[in-house]
Amino acid sequence: MIEVKNIEKSFGESKVLKGVSTVFETGKTNLIIGQSGSGKTVLLKSLLGIHSPEVGTISFDGRIYSELSADEKRELRTEIGMVFQGSALFDSMTVEENVGFPLKMFTQNSKSEIQDRVDFVLKRVNLIDAHKKLPSEISGGMQKRVAIARAIVNNPKYLFCDEPNSGLDPNTAILIDNLIGEITEEYNITTVINTHDMNSVMEIGQNILFLKNGLKAWQGTKEEIFRTDNEAVVDFVYSSELFKKVRQAVLSEKA
Amino acid sequence: MLIRYLSQIGRYFLMIAEIFKKPTKWSVMRTLIFKEIDDLIIGSLGIVAFISFFVGGVVAIQTALNLTNPLIPKYLIGFATRQSIILEFAPTFISIIMAGKMGSFITSSIGTMRVTEQIDALEVMGVNSLNYLVFPKLIALLLYPFLIGIAMFLGVLGGYIASVYGGFGSSAEFIDGLQKEFIPFHITYAFIKTLIFALILATIPSFHGYYMKGGALEVGKASTVSFVWTSVMIILMNYILTQLLLT
Repeated sequence: MIEVKNIEKSFGESKVLKGVSTVFETGKTNLIIGQSGSGKTVLLKSLLGIHSPEVGTISFDGRIYSELSADEKRELRTEIGMVFQGSALFDSMTVEENVGFPLKMFTQNSKSEIQDRVDFVLKRVNLIDAHKKLPSEISGGMQKRVAIARAIVNNPKYLFCDEPNSGLDPNTAILIDNLIGEITEEYNITTVINTHDMNSVMEIGQNILFLKNGLKAWQGTKEEIFRTDNEAVVDFVYSSELFKKVRQAVLSEKA
Repeated sequence: MLIRYLSQIGRYFLMIAEIFKKPTKWSVMRTLIFKEIDDLIIGSLGIVAFISFFVGGVVAIQTALNLTNPLIPKYLIGFATRQSIILEFAPTFISIIMAGKMGSFITSSIGTMRVTEQIDALEVMGVNSLNYLVFPKLIALLLYPFLIGIAMFLGVLGGYIASVYGGFGSSAEFIDGLQKEFIPFHITYAFIKTLIFALILATIPSFHGYYMKGGALEVGKASTVSFVWTSVMIILMNYILTQLLLT
């Protein structure tokens, strides 16, 4: 479980996070949604330790990040898996080298143990024949799956994903969403996903945090999001005609 | 403006300190060092050999063509070639060429990793990205004097061939010139310079790549800025070291 308490973060004069508090639950896919500029990425980067909030605390299963020593922070980071928006695969390494990288860096496993684990996670993300390929030789969807495999290879307790299905076709995006959802439940990981894709919300949104102008505007489940009267959420969710129709259907069903 | 430059200089030295913190596992680092030796040193052998050989030849021809007075001995061709190549051409001129070749390679490869979030990925995993990316380059460039040694040899060889086979002097005269008033400390001086230039070549381009912001266009701009600053620092250090070591 990750607990965020009243965090504030500014860049120069501009205050991006204005006192956000929330809890990201273990074994659930926690989504951060909101318009561009709402503070989603800054919140995610604060969780990752890339940004340091000026006020407030972030605790990982009771360990307050800002109070940890450098060694403890390093230790905590080995418990984190991250899927970047652009996959961020090391382009000079093959798929299997990318996936095996965290094991090579942080474990004392033998080559064959690393290879077995790499084979296992690549199979888990349905990538069988891409071991020896370079990231530039595979599709965007496959790159995302490699990034997921790399993120989970060292059995992380926390999985962070920044726009995991951006730039993917709808079918592949759903596959990636479902894969993240399945992995979260299977390994009982605390997963935090930064997205503005409503399809992801509908597929895997078990705990949704809606940010507006650096503040928490709403929090709930994917079932609750269609029933909420929160004006900011309604404006965001129903900006698309498709979802307006879904809401009408849900409300008429409710009536 | 001045404060911005001072802050950049401070940031550069903080980066240098950070390179040596939290070292990467030796089994991983060893592979990285060999890869950098291959990319930076072995990969530069061809261009260094080509340039050195022909510039050595040109130096010899230019010297010969300027010896119009018959009272000036022909061994001066060998003497001038040796002095030019060992003191300045091999260590300094080759380093400026390497600022373009190695420097832009280092800046653009690290800059691209920054733009594509690969450096963030390393940091999030708990890897000291500066140690992982820059330290192997620094160690690989400890072999840079080897490259300069080859440049010295081929430069003198180019001068010899141009002089003897171009009909500007005999083989004995050129070799006599090579041996005349030879000061062994000049070799030491050249290699001290080379090591300092190696440090500059590894760190300034890395600094510009690591701290760049923006996209693909900015990677190109960072490579250009890195080349300019690396060259400026090489020339400035060349002056300072010459003043310190030869006067």
